[in-house]
Amino acid sequence: MSMKHRPNSIEEYLEAIYKLSEGKRDIKTTELAEFMGIKPSSVTEMLKKLAELGYVEYLPYKGVRLTGKGERLGRRITRRHRLYEIFLWKILGKKPDDVHEEACKAEHGVSDETDILLCRFLGAPSRCPHGSIVPACDLKVSTCEDCETVGTNMVKRDDEVRPIAWLNEGSSGVIKFIRGDSRVLRRLIDLGLTPGTRIHILRKAPLNGPVEILVRGSRLALGSDIAANIFVSDV
Amino acid sequence: MIHRHIAHTQIQRSKGGILIALAGNANVGKSVIFNYLTGSHQVIGNWPGKTVELAIGRLKYRDKEITIVDLPGIYSLTTYSQEEAVTREFITEMKPDIVINVVDATVLERNLYFTIQLLEMGAPIIICLNQMDVAEKQGLDIDVDKISSILGVPVIPTVAIKGIGLDKLMETAINYRHRHAKPPTYSEDIERIIKILVSKINKSKLDTSYPPRFIAIKMLEGDPYIMDVVAREDPDLIEHVKLLAMELEEKYGEPLFCVIASQRYRIIAKIINEAVRRRAVKADILYYIDRITTHKVFGILISTGVLITLLLWTFYIGDFLSTILEDLVSVIAPVEPDITGSLIDTMINGAIGGIVAGITLVIPYVIPFYLFLAVMEDSGIMTRIAFMIDTFMHKLGLHGKAVIPIILGYGCNVPAIFSTRILETRRERVIASLAITLVPCSARTVVILGLAAAFLGIEAALSLYAINIAIVVAVGYLVSRIYPGETPGLIMEIHQLRIPSPRVVFRQTLHRTLSIIYLVFPIYIIGSASVQALYKLGVLEPINTALSPITSNLLGLPPATGTLFIFGFIRKELILLLLPQVLGTFNIPLVLTATQIFTIALVSMLYIPCVSTVAALSKEFGWRDTIIISIVNILVAITAGSIIYHMLTLL
Repeated sequence: MSMKHRPNSIEEYLEAIYKLSEGKRDIKTTELAEFMGIKPSSVTEMLKKLAELGYVEYLPYKGVRLTGKGERLGRRITRRHRLYEIFLWKILGKKPDDVHEEACKAEHGVSDETDILLCRFLGAPSRCPHGSIVPACDLKVSTCEDCETVGTNMVKRDDEVRPIAWLNEGSSGVIKFIRGDSRVLRRLIDLGLTPGTRIHILRKAPLNGPVEILVRGSRLALGSDIAANIFVSDV
Repeated sequence: MIHRHIAHTQIQRSKGGILIALAGNANVGKSVIFNYLTGSHQVIGNWPGKTVELAIGRLKYRDKEITIVDLPGIYSLTTYSQEEAVTREFITEMKPDIVINVVDATVLERNLYFTIQLLEMGAPIIICLNQMDVAEKQGLDIDVDKISSILGVPVIPTVAIKGIGLDKLMETAINYRHRHAKPPTYSEDIERIIKILVSKINKSKLDTSYPPRFIAIKMLEGDPYIMDVVAREDPDLIEHVKLLAMELEEKYGEPLFCVIASQRYRIIAKIINEAVRRRAVKADILYYIDRITTHKVFGILISTGVLITLLLWTFYIGDFLSTILEDLVSVIAPVEPDITGSLIDTMINGAIGGIVAGITLVIPYVIPFYLFLAVMEDSGIMTRIAFMIDTFMHKLGLHGKAVIPIILGYGCNVPAIFSTRILETRRERVIASLAITLVPCSARTVVILGLAAAFLGIEAALSLYAINIAIVVAVGYLVSRIYPGETPGLIMEIHQLRIPSPRVVFRQTLHRTLSIIYLVFPIYIIGSASVQALYKLGVLEPINTALSPITSNLLGLPPATGTLFIFGFIRKELILLLLPQVLGTFNIPLVLTATQIFTIALVSMLYIPCVSTVAALSKEFGWRDTIIISIVNILVAITAGSIIYHMLTLL
């Protein structure tokens, strides 16, 4: 996945760092350079600029880590990219191999409102055609039902949330948002996964398998598709 | 244990007797308590209009006639599943004298969520706090009296698998006079709305058997059944509820069912806080077994190892038992089918042969298989396997839990197909059932061992198993792509690993074995008698000729084998038993080539399991899907058979 279109764009960098930081926090400069297909020296230069703007923390030898502000922007771009890919694939019928380039261009032009409408139209999808998880939206909602009943002009979330599928074994977080199907949502709620509940990641099965969590003293295995839809903060 | 549809009257308590219902989450020990109390006086049947099974048992306790019903394991009382609907209907329609709410002490928080809803429903409950020994081991000190005083209902601590506390439970149950425990209250704003709704419900002519408060809460939660009833009888009320709900949703920024669930859990957290203390405990051996069975590498190896061991164990123990039983039974009854005597003799021989084959060939394989499986299930290892294998099963359009019915299929397809009920959607159930029909059950194992292993060597038998797994995977993969719909995600409770209880393992094995005898043996007997008669009457001869393009051209077999496959439709092991008679010699390798023997075993393994399985499929899915599954079976068998035949001939 090369990103040659606008190599200097801040958004491209934040998107790339966001994508690389699914499942870990610190990204090495060389890793980022390889992912973006850019020389490490230019990457280092850009990272310093991003650090000045407050998007990343630049840690010599360790690499780079997104700040809250950086993560927010990176998440937005990544989300739009993946939503747009799904639109091109599911609705317009393009092949999964042909959607990336166009989504790369569209992701910078989609407005907040279109983002929400697109997500609703697509039925709050959880994965892009290549299997990556679509990050959560900006709205301060705990379920998709809230979004459907109210307009697009809603309060924004004040904390960053990530799907539990990205968390590592041993970490924990507080449930902020559960995406998708209302039947599944109701089952999860009945099992005690109500918004505001802390859950611990006990184990993850190999090959993108289920995640075992501890919630309210009980252990549950959740398939990877469900783990992609439960978003927590405070990771 | 007899399977049948039950009428309300059958559940009705006898005169002056007591009706007790067992309710609670899945896997909390309800069935253990049920079995302990009722022993063998049980009937299993479907609740009218639903495919949900209820077990009904009777016992005499202190001169009282007691009827106990084991309700399905559920987590909530909002009717999103059939199981939840049945539990609710049972409690309102049958009005049990006591509902024993079985609660797993080790997962108290989640279990009490259901308890609170039972209280809201106004059910006369007693809490049975089960698995107290495990809770103790986990360092949980539970103040039983505290819970009892907070909730206002009796709480009896038990260890059901050891029978501890069950006497006290029964004693309390029969002497309990329902005092209408007061259900816990929600926050003020919600209580205010509940109050408004209750007064509206009281004024309306709404005809339901639920308490008004329960209806009010369920309406706010958007319960589909209640909403439906109210919409029909009092549409204005629905509009009113929607307005009130919207006001609250705006305030909380969450759907109201979420708010209510959160508050219920908050009430529970308070109870736990007051009644439960945690001590630190050392990790025991089970903890390490738990870690290793779900280890990234070892977990997969262990899962595979367990499944292979299960099959090998079944072969060896089964073969051993089968030989012993055959020797015993052959003294009193003929084992070999006879299709040469008079018509009536042939039919009698068929009927007896059906029983004998069942006893000497099927049961010996089925018992060790179920025994091993019950140990794996009761210990919790099966859950770990389902966890590890979920990703792989998704490729077949199923999720991890489906591994259990499919593995059950290696014993006997019929109960395996019924057990697909644990899966959520019809799509999953059909795909899993198709996979089950392709899996070699114990009768087909007998054919594989008797033909491939006996004449060609154990490698041939093992390669048949390998081919089988490849075919199941390929068919599952293709069908899940053709069959419209999505695979629901896995949501599965992970229970603490435990040393399996011999009582539970024995009981489960017995129950499954007996259910095969009830379900399969009658068809064995009638089927064998009729098919032998048909043969005798010469009806099968033209079919043989009609099948010969397939048998001889595609599969390279002698045309007489057509008869075998027809007989095999009744019971698969007939293929093995009749082979010498059809070929006219016991020296099989003299008349059949190695390729032909292998092909017969392969085709037998794949084409329609047997008439009992077809009956089970049609009962579960109707004729249309049954015919489709059967056609897929036949096509797969012919395709695989002819490919193997032509490949082996070319070599």
